[in-house]
Amino acid sequence: MSAVTTQAAPTPGASGPASGPPDGGSALRHMMSGNGMVTVLAIVLSLVISAVLIILTNEDVMEAAGYFFARPQDTLVAAWEAVAAAYAALFRGAVFNYRAEDVTGMVYPFMESLTLSTPLIIISLGIAISFRSGLFNIGGQGQMIFGAMFATFFGVHLQLPVGLHLLLVLVMGILGGALWGSIVGVLKAATGAHEVILTIMLNYVAVNLVAYLLQTPVLQREGSTNPVSEFLEPTAVFPPLLGDSFRLNWGFVVAILATVFAWWLIRRSTTGFQLRAVGANPAAARTAGVSVKRMYVVAMVISGGLAGLAGMSQVSGTEKVLNTDVAGSFGFDAITVALLGRSNPVGVFFAGLLFGALRAGGVTMQTETGVPIDIVLIIQSLIVLFIAAPPLVRTIFRLPRPGALQARTTADPVTQPALAGAAAATTTSAGGTAPAAESAVVGDAVGVAAGDAVSPADPESPAGAGAPAGAPRDTPDAGPPPGGRPTASPTQPTTGEEGEQR
Amino acid sequence: MSTTVTVPSGSGASSATGSAEQPRREVVRHWTTPVTFAVLTVVSLLVFALGASGDSATFRISTEADAVRIPDLVAPTVPVGWAITALLAALTVWGLLAVRRRGTVPGWGSAAFAVLFVAGFLVWVVGAANTTTVFLTGLVAGAFVLAVPLIFGSMAGVLSERAGVVNIAIEGQLLAGAFTAAVTGSVTGSVWAGLLAAVVAGVLVSALLAVFSIRYLVNQVIVGVVLNVLVTGLTSFLFSTLLSSDSSRFNSPPHFSSIRIPVLADIPVIGPIFFDQTVLGYGMYLIVAALYVGLFHTKWGLRVRAVGEHPKAADTVGINVNRTRYVNVLLAGAIAGMGGAFFTLVSSSSFSKEMTAGQGFIALAAVIFGRWNPIGAFFAALLFGFATNMQFVLAILGTPVPSQFMAMLPYLVTILVVAGLVGRSRGPAAAGTPYVKE
Amino acid sequence: MKLELRGITKKFGAFTANDSIDLTVESGQVHSLLGENGAGKSTLMNVLFGLYEPTAGEILVDGTPVRFSGPGEAMAAGIGMVHQHFMLIPVFTVAENVALGDEHTRAAGVLDLEATRRRIREISDRFGFHVDPDARVEDLPVGVQQRVEIIKALVRDARVLILDEPTAVLTPQETDELLDIIRQLRDSGTAVVFISHKLREVKAISTQITVLRRGRVVGTADPGADQSELAALMVGRDVVLNRQKSAPTLGEETFTVSGLTVLSPDGVRLVDDVSFGIRQGEVLAVAGVQGNGQTELTEAIMGLHKAQGSIRLDGEELLGRTTRQVIRAGVGYVPEDRSTDGLVGPFTVAENLVLNRYDRPPAGNGLQLDPKAIRRLAEQRVQEFDIRTQGVDLPVGTLSGGNQQKVVMARELVDDLKLFIASQPTRGVDVGSIEFLHDRIIRERDSGTPVMIVSTELDEVLDLADRIAVMYHGRIIGIVPGDTSRDDLGLMMAGIDPAASPQDPTPKGATA
Repeated sequence: MSAVTTQAAPTPGASGPASGPPDGGSALRHMMSGNGMVTVLAIVLSLVISAVLIILTNEDVMEAAGYFFARPQDTLVAAWEAVAAAYAALFRGAVFNYRAEDVTGMVYPFMESLTLSTPLIIISLGIAISFRSGLFNIGGQGQMIFGAMFATFFGVHLQLPVGLHLLLVLVMGILGGALWGSIVGVLKAATGAHEVILTIMLNYVAVNLVAYLLQTPVLQREGSTNPVSEFLEPTAVFPPLLGDSFRLNWGFVVAILATVFAWWLIRRSTTGFQLRAVGANPAAARTAGVSVKRMYVVAMVISGGLAGLAGMSQVSGTEKVLNTDVAGSFGFDAITVALLGRSNPVGVFFAGLLFGALRAGGVTMQTETGVPIDIVLIIQSLIVLFIAAPPLVRTIFRLPRPGALQARTTADPVTQPALAGAAAATTTSAGGTAPAAESAVVGDAVGVAAGDAVSPADPESPAGAGAPAGAPRDTPDAGPPPGGRPTASPTQPTTGEEGEQR
Repeated sequence: MSTTVTVPSGSGASSATGSAEQPRREVVRHWTTPVTFAVLTVVSLLVFALGASGDSATFRISTEADAVRIPDLVAPTVPVGWAITALLAALTVWGLLAVRRRGTVPGWGSAAFAVLFVAGFLVWVVGAANTTTVFLTGLVAGAFVLAVPLIFGSMAGVLSERAGVVNIAIEGQLLAGAFTAAVTGSVTGSVWAGLLAAVVAGVLVSALLAVFSIRYLVNQVIVGVVLNVLVTGLTSFLFSTLLSSDSSRFNSPPHFSSIRIPVLADIPVIGPIFFDQTVLGYGMYLIVAALYVGLFHTKWGLRVRAVGEHPKAADTVGINVNRTRYVNVLLAGAIAGMGGAFFTLVSSSSFSKEMTAGQGFIALAAVIFGRWNPIGAFFAALLFGFATNMQFVLAILGTPVPSQFMAMLPYLVTILVVAGLVGRSRGPAAAGTPYVKE
Repeated sequence: MKLELRGITKKFGAFTANDSIDLTVESGQVHSLLGENGAGKSTLMNVLFGLYEPTAGEILVDGTPVRFSGPGEAMAAGIGMVHQHFMLIPVFTVAENVALGDEHTRAAGVLDLEATRRRIREISDRFGFHVDPDARVEDLPVGVQQRVEIIKALVRDARVLILDEPTAVLTPQETDELLDIIRQLRDSGTAVVFISHKLREVKAISTQITVLRRGRVVGTADPGADQSELAALMVGRDVVLNRQKSAPTLGEETFTVSGLTVLSPDGVRLVDDVSFGIRQGEVLAVAGVQGNGQTELTEAIMGLHKAQGSIRLDGEELLGRTTRQVIRAGVGYVPEDRSTDGLVGPFTVAENLVLNRYDRPPAGNGLQLDPKAIRRLAEQRVQEFDIRTQGVDLPVGTLSGGNQQKVVMARELVDDLKLFIASQPTRGVDVGSIEFLHDRIIRERDSGTPVMIVSTELDEVLDLADRIAVMYHGRIIGIVPGDTSRDDLGLMMAGIDPAASPQDPTPKGATA
């Protein structure tokens, strides 16, 4: 049923990418056009835009602006002061409090950042693994709630020895999330229902379910009329990691272990190989003997399990009780973290630290300068928007475009195929359209990989020669996405750009 | 869940020489629907019939003040429960026979089953409550009111996805509309200015969706999710800074008043539901009708659907695919923006943080449940509005069903639909796929 | 009307798809563009139709230079195109598809499909198309869909009609009908551009022939030209139209398929009660027009499709096993579409070379991969199969089509195969690689493996086959010797069984 039929045959010898590797002396260019630079600039750009917001909503600035034409410098000074104060507070709250009196006070913010990033890192690893497997798990919230519910139930109702209890609660947290995730995997495998819709809907089911259970003896604190659980037994919570002066607990070590596990899973394990193959091209994986359906279930179990572990680390870490807000906006934040980390476990770890630090700093910023913590959401979403559209960042900063081969090889092989199957299928519910049949493209890496996937079948385009922008495609609903993003390669015909703008 | 059986095809014998002959065909039977019927019939038997409270459920239809009064509808739970179970069982048997005969259950069969099941549920739940009387007209009217933003949102979803762009950002468009309507309405004192601002805000969010997904080819689901976070962040930030600092100036919007259409509004039951609404309410019907006619009976709609199904084919007949997508995504934003305005200019007194509370996602569910058809999405949204209203009403009545379970209903129904347990739903083939020209 | 292309050049990056091509078409003519897959024919036509912008060169209509920024303008200038992959919207009706882009409307933009229906009936009657304007396109057979495409062009008063590989999906009989239609169009004054790599059709229909090779015009010919001359022109050297291969050394019949039936989701018998066997050291080629069940047949053997019947290899039943189990049973499988089913584009060459063997030594064990061993393995296979790549760590998508196909072959042609299946083993592969790949296949046969080849190219079938099974509408019309004439095969591909043909013959010269 391949729509891609006859035409192909590039000229012999066209195998080497004709555009060639980056020219000599282009090390700087190489650096400037790489993903790392785009990420850094995306963060800078987001902070700048947020600064503008801070200025526009600052009362002193507004006051000074009232007589702007009389004394413009007042406005500028006020603006500078507003931003400087806010970001300084952010820094003090997130990294190092240079105003503190003792060492503990100075490093406290950093420890707080680590504490807040713990659940974020764990759940984001889960989301990253789902992305790698070609599944768009938006259900982190629900899976986290389930993990937290399971952990709380066993942490409240059981009396067990130290160590054993915590271990059991940890396992139960993972189980809870895995269970909720597996529903998605099983339904997708069995009926072809699309996971974006399933996970969104299951989030709300979980939210309502926890609200209900927190009104029943199953989870509600005895004698309380509020939807809140008993405190977890002391044997069921993570001990502090660096003494009682910090909230940082052994959950952070679990986060590090989870990162190592995720790295091993994706890069080294045979399961990870299968997951990645399914994520990048389910049809080819299936033809090679990988059970795509089983991998959907496996991916959702692991992804949900990590989200559940995040929920457990929340109730067994800082919270020590369960309430309806346990998952907060973690599910959606995790998507941004996974994207910023390019679905690479190590990248996700640091992206999680960054966003955890923003949250910690945001609290200080709010209390000290009155800039609402909501600005963190703005920074976060802007960063992700920018890294998803590298050409935009490059245009703004007038950076060179990456060479074709470099774009290919440095391109993050992660998010794109994962996301490829996902978007289209949002609208493909029970129709049972092959998930691989449709696709979408994300970011830099994507364009390239998409180009890669396709070239062989393209009419008369040599796969190696820098796939033509948006290689001629057959039917858009058949076969992998041929469309390479035009800007990915400088060797592409100019018409690509035009076509895109039209 | 399907089985097959050989049926002699039209041409009969497979003579080896008949070269124009078509491949042989067999009837494929889809058993999912009748099996789902059977399961639900058992539920009905256990809950609605055997689990009936024994009281009567009373449905009031008219108020004392109405010009024409219709007597209350009194349904004794036990007999009604049994009757409905029997009807459901009959439908199940009929469904099984239909599948054996022709492979599938006709759509109206599923609809009839659903209506009966809902009726059975209503009688059972009201009969089991502490207060066994419910004002039916109010219940339905309330559902219509709650459904308004859902309907606006789902129309935005239908339009955008029909053009090939997945719209997860409905939530953000609603929220942005609600916020700007509140602020602009408050500052100018004009509801119309508020509405206009909401439209502009919805269009702006859509513009981001369009630029990132069409121009920069970023995955549409990602853009949608991130835009929701961005709009939540922005509105919450501005709420905490501007709006709360001077809420009388920035957050006390004027409201649309109801326009009562004389005579028609006095018709019992439907009068108050349809003919006593705000401008936004009437506008909503216009938009649903316009979208339906537009999409399926005009040149514009033919082109929009073509772009969403097979953009390259559209391109080869001279249709500008990406321009069509831009225009429709922006239009969708405008519609969702109006829906957002409903929150602050009609239903609530002022803007509050994250006040759309996931309604955008229910609207998305309505798009799918309604099979990307404006009329279908309209009724789906209405059903979800009804479920939400039931949740409130049941809490007041004091019923055995926890309100959280009623709140879950739209989501559970959507899961059943996407899993193909209740009907099937196929979206525009190219939705989610960016179109790249050479 | 006279349409002229002057010096058209189209580059994709560093690759030149069209190199200063000149071409003239006039009304009442059928001008054929002959060339191998990848010669640049489709690119040229997409330039002409306004889908691609030429890098250099100009298009003239009746002597006036024109520039088409999109298909709309090309159509307005009277150019119509029937694409190789139909540009029809499956869920629309015929009338809606025809109306799209050229709609008749009443007040307020309301569609007037009745006017379109009338036009469709008119054209349908004139050419004997038998097309129902209200049928949904997805329910129509491909032959009829193609007529809808032609109607689309005629409704828009196309005076130049481009047909891009129009016969690829047609049976010989449908092809004849199409050629008749083209003659009618020609006689009514339409200029036709007929793009094909099939010599016979080109000779049958053309008034003029232009041969393209590697993006250049390498010659023009009139339809009287000798077939092998044209072939040599097209391929760039003398081609042996029938290659000599050694006679097979036949062993046991270790692979048998009996009563195999595969159903589509809506109940069509895609594979209909198919039975055959392959002996060790024998190549059975499955021939047929694309879409007659060959794909489903191979996929059913591989466990990729549910099926009924029996598939036995070395006495063991394969039906009902998972794909992984079938592969483990010693089956090598080259799918027909390498980019969709054969390779994971973003994966490296090395990863693709172990795609079905990552969990077995030396590549890895049940738990972990061994990256070093995978690399070693890859480097060895790359050398053995002469795969041109800058490194085994590059994404396989950066390789050319021929080299990608070699990667798939290198992965599947492992030691100890019990059965080797290849679908379209050389589709879209350059000539040099074709020979290499064919040699490898014959070598595998000679090592005593039963080999099954599925191909829609008669040349390939005749080159490789010891026996030929022809499929039509899911059934095997007959199994004939490898030296059966093209004419007989053509009849069988149209579903007509030349009754004389003996069932399951032993190849000539076989030493059993």
